[in-house]
Amino acid sequence: MLARRVIPCLDVDKGRVVKGTKFLNLTDEGDPAELAERYAREGADEIVFLDITAAHERRGTMLDIVRRTASRAFVPLTVGGGVRSVDEMRDVLRAGADKVSFNTAAVAEPALLTACADRFGSQAVVCAIDARRLPLADGADSAERRWEVVTHGGRRPTDLEAVAWAMRVVELGAGELLVTSMDRDGTHSGFDTELLAAIATRVRVPVIASGGAAGPADFVTAVRDGKADAVLAASIFHRRTHSIADVKAAMAAAGLPVRRIEESGA
Amino acid sequence: MTRRTPIRIAVLDYGAANMVSITQALTAVGAEPIVAADPEAMAGVDALVVPGVGAAGPAMDHLRDRGLADPLREWVRAGKPCLGICLGLQLFFDASDEGSAPTLGLLAGRSVALVDAPTLPHIGWNSVIFDRAHPLFDGIPDGSYFYFVHSFAPAPKDQSIVLARTTHGRPFVSAVAQGSLYGLQFHPEKSSDAGLRVLANFVTLVSASAAPAPGVA
Repeated sequence: MLARRVIPCLDVDKGRVVKGTKFLNLTDEGDPAELAERYAREGADEIVFLDITAAHERRGTMLDIVRRTASRAFVPLTVGGGVRSVDEMRDVLRAGADKVSFNTAAVAEPALLTACADRFGSQAVVCAIDARRLPLADGADSAERRWEVVTHGGRRPTDLEAVAWAMRVVELGAGELLVTSMDRDGTHSGFDTELLAAIATRVRVPVIASGGAAGPADFVTAVRDGKADAVLAASIFHRRTHSIADVKAAMAAAGLPVRRIEESGA
Repeated sequence: MTRRTPIRIAVLDYGAANMVSITQALTAVGAEPIVAADPEAMAGVDALVVPGVGAAGPAMDHLRDRGLADPLREWVRAGKPCLGICLGLQLFFDASDEGSAPTLGLLAGRSVALVDAPTLPHIGWNSVIFDRAHPLFDGIPDGSYFYFVHSFAPAPKDQSIVLARTTHGRPFVSAVAQGSLYGLQFHPEKSSDAGLRVLANFVTLVSASAAPAPGVA
């Protein structure tokens, strides 16, 4: 049975792992390749690097970090941030990544998803969707809840509705969706399971939940209520508030299939 | 291991695979990988690895364009060790539902789309259930998790070549072996310790076949 994945996310700024709240107040958390290797050893099912400053500083991606990581962490590696063309995606894959995640670039140029999926397969194309709740109209119930897509690390609103956008990017070629609640990101207040379920029940591709993990119970909720296939978190792992093993133990106890590893490694 | 020199493995580079991960993983298990983008680079190696993700049609075109398709066929038909991974495995069969062009035709059958899959592509860690014991899976518990990324899987005509199956919707074939030709639908180079163990077992099998075998003509 397909295991639900637990994915540590490493937000990378100028070659270092950083973490802030709602993309602000960044603090240094360590070397990306070292952290990635540690997480792989501890049972991470995948590693995500997000170059969080690439969109507005227009820097390239972290090919060197990817190369260093791929030579020591033998788990899947996804890179997001700053990839804007088929050729740039090729370079990232050649450096050792398995997937590239598009966010701002997908909003600016949706055809890029199709071009990359045609060239590398949809399994390599992840579309990241950063979404923010829109206020409910007077008298509306939560079933009418809508979310707006935001870009540039949450700094720029779009006129895209998140669920419709999710369905569209899958049609365009995205093989996986990384859905981040900008209301919850870094707040440790739990995932936005309404947002996750609204998207996951309308697409056939895997959905990765992101933004808001406080503890192991939130991972269970993201899968059970949010219908997510995978759950991503950053600071609770970086700061060792909870280990990947803790999270997987909670998921297993809740009856969710997870890949457990021996504590000693092999 | 009694051999003094490391096992040399040519990893075929036809533009459809992440060469870094597979070569680093082979290095990690003690082999000496060589990236082979043309037939000359295959000279003097002990084994071939055919990696790959993506679509079967363009992959076959690239294999042919680089002059690798025929040497690969000859290698396998000569009974020399070869491991296909993911799309590389699918290319061993006669054809794929993913495109109209024929594939390598080294194994009877075709690659078919996953049926009744709850999510597609099938991405993630899934358990591999053995049909039978095989040295490729030495030291690996039945049901161990490996990493998959695919939408198609092989449907061999000869079920006796099946080593293992995995279920996503319905069961599909996730590992095969016929003589010295091995195929894995999952990515051992991305499957952490279990994956490295499979690659180490492959290297051991190659080593056994490369060592002088007294009494064998």
